[in-house]
Amino acid sequence: MSLELRTTPHLHAPDDVVLIMRNVVFALLPICAWSIWQFGLSALALILTTLASCLITERQFNKTNTLGDWSAAITGLLLALTLPPAFPLWMAAVAGFTAMALGKLLFGGLGMNVFNPALVGRAFVQAAFPVAITTWTPSLFEGRFSQFIPGTFTVPFTIPPEVAEWNSRVAIDAFTGATPLGLHKFEGISTPVLDLFLGNAAGSAGETSALLILLGGLYLAARKFLDWRIPLFILLGAGLTAGAFHLADPQQYPSAGFMLFSGGLMLGAWFMATDMVGSPVTPWGVAIYGLLIGVLTIIIRLFGGLSEGVMYAILLGNAATPLIEQFTQPRVFGEKGS
Amino acid sequence: MADWCRVNIMKLFRRRSFSHGVHPPAHKDGTAQIPIRRLPFAPQLILPLGQHIGAPAQALVKKGQDVVRGQPLAAAAGAMSVPLHAPATGRIREIKSMLTSRGSREPAIVLDVYEASTQEVLWREKRNLEELDQDQLLQAIQDAGLVGLGGAAFPSHIKLRVPEDKKVDTLIINGCECEPYLTCDHRIMLEYPDDLIRGIQLAMRASGTRRAIIGIEDNKMDAVKLLAERLRKASDIQVEAVETKYPQGSEKMLIKSLLNREVPAGGIPADIGVVVNNVGTLAALGRLLPRGEGLMERVITVTGSGVRRQGNYLVPLGTPIGFILEQAGYEGGPNEFILGGPMMGPAVSSLEVPITKGSSGLLVLNEPSIRAESRHRWPCIKCGRCVSACPMHLNPALLGQLALAGEYEEMAHDAHLNHCFECGCCSYVCPSNIPLVQLFRAAKAINREKAA
Ligand code: SF4
Ligand code: SF4
Repeated sequence: MSLELRTTPHLHAPDDVVLIMRNVVFALLPICAWSIWQFGLSALALILTTLASCLITERQFNKTNTLGDWSAAITGLLLALTLPPAFPLWMAAVAGFTAMALGKLLFGGLGMNVFNPALVGRAFVQAAFPVAITTWTPSLFEGRFSQFIPGTFTVPFTIPPEVAEWNSRVAIDAFTGATPLGLHKFEGISTPVLDLFLGNAAGSAGETSALLILLGGLYLAARKFLDWRIPLFILLGAGLTAGAFHLADPQQYPSAGFMLFSGGLMLGAWFMATDMVGSPVTPWGVAIYGLLIGVLTIIIRLFGGLSEGVMYAILLGNAATPLIEQFTQPRVFGEKGS
Repeated sequence: MADWCRVNIMKLFRRRSFSHGVHPPAHKDGTAQIPIRRLPFAPQLILPLGQHIGAPAQALVKKGQDVVRGQPLAAAAGAMSVPLHAPATGRIREIKSMLTSRGSREPAIVLDVYEASTQEVLWREKRNLEELDQDQLLQAIQDAGLVGLGGAAFPSHIKLRVPEDKKVDTLIINGCECEPYLTCDHRIMLEYPDDLIRGIQLAMRASGTRRAIIGIEDNKMDAVKLLAERLRKASDIQVEAVETKYPQGSEKMLIKSLLNREVPAGGIPADIGVVVNNVGTLAALGRLLPRGEGLMERVITVTGSGVRRQGNYLVPLGTPIGFILEQAGYEGGPNEFILGGPMMGPAVSSLEVPITKGSSGLLVLNEPSIRAESRHRWPCIKCGRCVSACPMHLNPALLGQLALAGEYEEMAHDAHLNHCFECGCCSYVCPSNIPLVQLFRAAKAINREKAA
């Protein structure tokens, strides 16, 4: 008879890293599917490109094969979802490479990164290709399953073609080449909140349907694969800030509902700010981190030069995490005060 | 709203508990309904002299000597020690080093049991309990060889003796049995309620407390009801249900749940006016003291995969676990044997290891899900699950990182390592399978060595 000797505890909860990561991927799939439905072949190509780029980079730069933990796949999918559907594929590949190499592997791989890798990749291409990353195309255009958006197959290291003319040709309604946030900020046009919620708007590949993001997020929260407090506090911070401005001057500032459901806030709040590695573990830390990101997002949107602020807000939140944790260590059982 | 519904909702809101902790699957169904049975005597009993926390007992017998059941074999070596009584009539084979559940070899009395003996208790020290004062009562408890039967094996007379500078108002009786698989305390509450109540009354006298509260996890409502029924007339002993959650049965957590008092960090329950004892211990006290007997046997839960006759057994101390498995119809196979519960009980390295006073169960595990060592380990992904699980409100993620970096002193100074009582909640939930408890135990050992 053989005896096995192990230390306590002899039981283990069923969840492990792979299960968690795999479920995040599952929760992202409907959002990807919606993106493909909206933007057609180009979105599909975009998703496959960032995915491949992230996986290859992860494999190449690690001594052992770590693809099995599914974390690189999450980064690949998330990254694609933050990019404009017409984003040239070669730029997407660069984004994927920087996301993994700079955002994750440079820090030491899984668990060591300070920032959300997908956002590092996205920030890099935002700086490197400022025009392409703000080139928007209409959603649900005809023929999206038979043709690519011009720009998708731009030859590497060349400038993608203008899409304005193409846009006016394929769009069903007049399309101005701007996202709802941009429309509001620069032209003062509001998009109905219901359209934002359901995803009938222009925008990055995966940011448009708040509904699907919410469903995916709630699924993960229900299975305890993400910390629901983080999106809650982000949305609370963003909603209250936006609401306060809207109350002060409803003409100039959009409503809280518009702010919550437009742009990348939902995707960021549920899927990027919740990246465990870059977010605090302490109860008060989670609250501060969430509120910080929410408030910053709105401030950047309203007063910054960009129409979207969630990416920088989350990166700042990631950077502040170690500090936040330091000041929010829980009170140890049996110790006085806090 | 239907009446029953309202009652249940009220219960939910009032559910007494502590914060954090985990909910491992209970695995108690196999044994909870089976009455306690007596196990036959093994041909040979192994009785380590150090079965309790404190100084090992001093042997009173010699090789070849005949002893009768109940006779003291070893005497308490000072105040922080308890005697050891013969669990069976027989002959001392030898006194030598034997493997124990602690994993080390320790001096033990080896007793050959007379097969022909009727095994009646032939040695008693009767006292008139009514006449004893507090000190004499504590002495009687020490003489009975009684220690915490919940697993800690801390001498009961020390636990019940309130330090002179402290005032204690409440005796808490721990009937939580929060460890998965174990049901022996549950059965004791159901089958020996009179012993238990007598034990509580004696313990209240010994500790000078006016009030006693029995805390029972709410997955054992039959025990709650039965004891509440028996205690209807006793206004000084209350029965309270607490939330079923691990580690509800740890002293600090149970006190928090019942009285909302926190034992100060590094302190003892008496600091906040509480004495805690386990139900099994007090049931034994209530049974042994009036008869003038010493502790010779205990109830253990024998359960797990491959055990055909799972259940709770009254087992003579010193019975080798191999003999118990044989009697319980164990089918064999590659397995892990645990003395006590799966969260804190040590795995044993040999089937010759005996049951001692602190062994509350014998658990056979062979589910692939528990093969922690063969599970892949990932880096900490800072998911925070360990932080939300730690009942001491520590930051095990931080402690783990410090441990892996070899910064053991920082662990103690900056991250409260010494408040960790190795309950295992953090390791249990860690999705990266980091052996946190093992790291903490090692760090404590290294720090102790450095300090010495
Ligand atoms: S083993 Fe220690 S650190 Fe881990 S949960 Fe228990 S008390 Fe906290
Ligand atoms: S549970 Fe494990 S992976 Fe999660 S924070 Fe704690 S140590 Fe890290």
